[in-house]
Amino acid sequence: MNGTLACVGLGKVWNEGTDREVAALSDIDLEVRAGEFLVVIGPSGCGKSTLLKLLAGLESATAGALLHHGQPITGPHVDRSLIFQQPSLYPWLSARDNVAFGLKLQGVSRKERRRRADEFLRQVGLREFAAKHPHELSGGMQQRVAIARALCVGAEILLMDEPFAALDVQTRYQMQTFLLDIWRGSGKTVVFVTHHIDEAVYLADRVVVLTARPGRVLDSVPIDMSRPRSVIGPEFERYRAHFVERLRAEVARAFEEQELVEMLDTHIK
Amino acid sequence: MIGRVATEPGAAPVPRVASAPPTRRRRGAWWRLVETAQAGVWWVLSVGIVVGVWEAAAALKLIDPVILPPPHEFIGEIRNQAQFLMPAVGVERTGANFVALTAIAASLQRVLIGLFLAFVAGGLAFYFGIVRKLTLPTVTLLAPIAPVAWIPLAIVAFGIGDWSAIFVVFVGIYFTLTLATVKAMTNVERVYLDAARVLGARRLQVMFYVVLPASIPALFDLVRMNLFGAWMGVLAAEMVGVNTGLGAIVMVGRQMMNMNLTFLGMAMIGLVGYLLDAAFGQVQRRVLWWRRATEI
Repeated sequence: MNGTLACVGLGKVWNEGTDREVAALSDIDLEVRAGEFLVVIGPSGCGKSTLLKLLAGLESATAGALLHHGQPITGPHVDRSLIFQQPSLYPWLSARDNVAFGLKLQGVSRKERRRRADEFLRQVGLREFAAKHPHELSGGMQQRVAIARALCVGAEILLMDEPFAALDVQTRYQMQTFLLDIWRGSGKTVVFVTHHIDEAVYLADRVVVLTARPGRVLDSVPIDMSRPRSVIGPEFERYRAHFVERLRAEVARAFEEQELVEMLDTHIK
Repeated sequence: MIGRVATEPGAAPVPRVASAPPTRRRRGAWWRLVETAQAGVWWVLSVGIVVGVWEAAAALKLIDPVILPPPHEFIGEIRNQAQFLMPAVGVERTGANFVALTAIAASLQRVLIGLFLAFVAGGLAFYFGIVRKLTLPTVTLLAPIAPVAWIPLAIVAFGIGDWSAIFVVFVGIYFTLTLATVKAMTNVERVYLDAARVLGARRLQVMFYVVLPASIPALFDLVRMNLFGAWMGVLAAEMVGVNTGLGAIVMVGRQMMNMNLTFLGMAMIGLVGYLLDAAFGQVQRRVLWWRRATEI
């Protein structure tokens, strides 16, 4: 276990001990290397987001262990920042104040906050939008501000929960390229959750496929393609086909199981 | 700026393509003006019809002007009742404080004190689990008691005077607002809290930097609704036993069979209530500009 982040036999059961118990994750062994771009895909409801929440320290595991640099994760830490799918910028703060929010929590002086926030806004190409408020920015810009906010507190690991899912296709492509630039320029570690196979193959150093609920690691495939990548061509298609096949089989299996459960449920009732 | 859009309709499409935002803003200003004018016309029509019918009915002797004095008469009454409207007159002479302006200021002050205390109580109940568990069941039981129902207790406990009115306003809004504060804070989007936590916020920081600003819009709505409730509570108290303020003016009019005075009092109650709400709406718009823009 020499990775930046490691999960050992990780399990999460929601509402444990009640009759609404749901097993979200089960027996996950996973290691994320420093500087790696790891993408997690899986059928919807397989616990991808749960995995990120656990890594962020927002929720605690019900089995196994989570380690960051070999230390158990007990709560949130500025080193690991989570970027959400839904808008998470504070609407009452300007882009600049949103980016500087983490610094404000640390008691950094106003002048210094402003200087550093502006620097990160420049990095994400939004320096001239510093005084704007979230509602004046497009969805893509808002996510860029959210990324700048995570970078500004000095996060070493970016945990990204389908951050581009709500964006239109054009913006999504732009944001993917943008994210890769940031990643390459900063040497950060990224754990990126998505249900888009193309996005996974385009972005990842390695793709981890989770099973349907409860999520287990089904597959872990390094993407051996040079960057910048093209989304057309036989290489890309081969990876794509592999994951489509994996997911389709998994979804079918989960679906049958679900039907079986429902059938049993109705019989019992 | 508005005139240019209106006088150059042919030129409009070209700049609209070249620089969309300014054109949209100009059109926006123009439309706002048109909409305001339309709303004004309807307002005048609506009020005008009621006043017109009333005046006509009085002129045609269809209604008794002693019981239902037409608007021009009771508004004219303001001259005879001037002593009631002057600050600091009447208290010593009649033993009752009819001073309308003072009463309005006092009522407002009562409302604001009540609001503030309720807000603090709600915040504490939200933040400290033990406070919440201890107080909320009682508060939930007390909240449905209408402010008016507290008046007898207020008069017995505090006697006839200012304190009764303060008490009525306070209990009238305190419980509901405490509950509302807790609810508004509980409803703050989970993602806002999570975002703060991953950025390293401690619990108290989450409370002050996230929960507080995020719950203010919902609180403003509630305060605005409760402001009416508080206003009504004060008036009812003033009519029944507090013997001061606008509510008392209405009752004195009835006792002296001076319906001019009663209607004048009612007109002022309506006007002040309306202005209060409008003023509050303005404050809300100024403070919560970001929310308005988000919701449109």
